Amino acid sequence: MLELIERFDFFSAVWMTVKLTLWAALGSLILGTFIAVLRLSPIKVLQWAGSTYVTVFRNTPLTVVVVAANLVIWNQLGLEVAARNATYLDDTNFRLAILALVAYHAAFVCEAIRSGVNTIPVGQAEAARSIGLTFGQNLRHIILPQAFRGAVTPLGNVLIALTKNTTVVTAIGVAQVSHAMRRMIEFRSDVLFTVFGLVALTFIVLTLPLGILTGWASEKLAVKR
Amino acid sequence: MTETGIAESGTAPGEPLVVLKGVNKHFGDLHVLKDIDLTVHQGEVVVVIGPSGSGKSTLCRTINRLETFESGSITIGGVELPEEGKALAQLRADVGMVFQSFNLFHHKTILENVTMGPVKVRKMKPEDAKKLATELLERVGVGHQANKYPAQLSGGQQQRVAIARSLAMRPSVMLFDEPTSALDPEMVNEVLDVMVQLAKAGMTMIVVTHEMGFARKAGDRVVFMSEGSIVEDNTPEEFFTNPQSNRAKDFLGKILTH
Ligand SMILES: Nc1ncnc2c1ncn2[C@@H]1O[C@H](COP(=O)(O)OP(=O)(O)OP(=O)(O)O)[C@@H](O)[C@H]1O
Ligand SMILES: [Mg+2]
Repeated sequence: MLELIERFDFFSAVWMTVKLTLWAALGSLILGTFIAVLRLSPIKVLQWAGSTYVTVFRNTPLTVVVVAANLVIWNQLGLEVAARNATYLDDTNFRLAILALVAYHAAFVCEAIRSGVNTIPVGQAEAARSIGLTFGQNLRHIILPQAFRGAVTPLGNVLIALTKNTTVVTAIGVAQVSHAMRRMIEFRSDVLFTVFGLVALTFIVLTLPLGILTGWASEKLAVKR
Repeated sequence: MTETGIAESGTAPGEPLVVLKGVNKHFGDLHVLKDIDLTVHQGEVVVVIGPSGSGKSTLCRTINRLETFESGSITIGGVELPEEGKALAQLRADVGMVFQSFNLFHHKTILENVTMGPVKVRKMKPEDAKKLATELLERVGVGHQANKYPAQLSGGQQQRVAIARSLAMRPSVMLFDEPTSALDPEMVNEVLDVMVQLAKAGMTMIVVTHEMGFARKAGDRVVFMSEGSIVEDNTPEEFFTNPQSNRAKDFLGKILTH
């Protein structure tokens, strides 16, 4: 096993998975919150834009999103997302991978936040309006803080799914864990079970604490009603 | 605290403050408010009473535009209600509203519930808002609970905090939508007492309630609604002892039997 880890540079693959997860998590949290706000807004066009986004990305396979990001943004539109230097290709793939992961998971973050909003009694937003808070103040001070606290568990689930979904970006050659796995299988098919065991263990180590943490946090942060 | 600053508006006592003219509202096919004409004067306490579904809550909610309406006009202190946006938010701040279900912000302490409006809407300095909030909480009798969260308080205490939260905006008129009907019986009076106190201090109030004791003690007028219309508008004494319409007689017959 150690030999596998060394020969295929497994630790840098794990580090790549972690980096992808963290950046994509941050990005999708921001974008997902923004889309949730669109869906909560009183303006019909914005609501429509938000729900269309969610419908499109929730129903498109992630592989398609990843490949599309690569083909459309880079190949077709020729948009540069990285500087032209020695790591140009890797950087481009890495950033496009994050972009795709963000675009896709934002839809799920949005829905998680909306489920958090549903934990808030409707009267609170009305009370906020009746003391003269504007829509923005209402969101910032009343709705979103409670929505996040009520959405810890579903947000945690999105994060766990995201961690595992980073494996899909093998499709555009980002050297993370599943990419390393593919190479191991190719060159060391004699130790197939060890390879699978190693990869499974890696993801358990990455996601198990997330599950425990969100379970704990959701209780700790829950708003007492 | 002193009685000053309770009813702050440009209107002199006895002048019309809230004026509804020919207000109509539908929920789909349902005509919930039918040609409502109602004038509430500065310092007046108007009790709204009527069977379930007659449009009492909708009336309150239209007055501060939590609901829209199709025709007619509503003015407060002579100013027409703005359509939406910042201007409306400011005007709403001038109209206090107390709900049946309290609707305190559950993630904020009692003190924060009361300071929120003054700080965010009135742009009051946090320390001034805190002072004001503390005073108001004292006045409604929950001063010692300031640092607790709403879920730690009884219903009656929560409703009194909700009243303090509205008062902190220095509203020119306050709307109460069945403020005691979600309360256990032993807590009803502690809330009504606060409301009576407010009425005596000169606050203009529109109160939806079936508490006849309150209507008699603090009400200047009783407005009886049925099926979206104002059917009677009279003094409490006259309304309870000598209702004119059959609908009011019928309704009083039902609520007086228990
Ligand atoms: N948001 C809404 N959508 C559709 N219909 C509504 C809505 N709110 C109220 N209604 C209907 O409008 C009518 C008036 O409702 P309203 O809540 O104003 O009555 P109410 O006099 O306050 O009754 P209650 O004593 O039960 O509180 C009722 O028939 C009610 O079902
Ligand atoms: Mg009602």
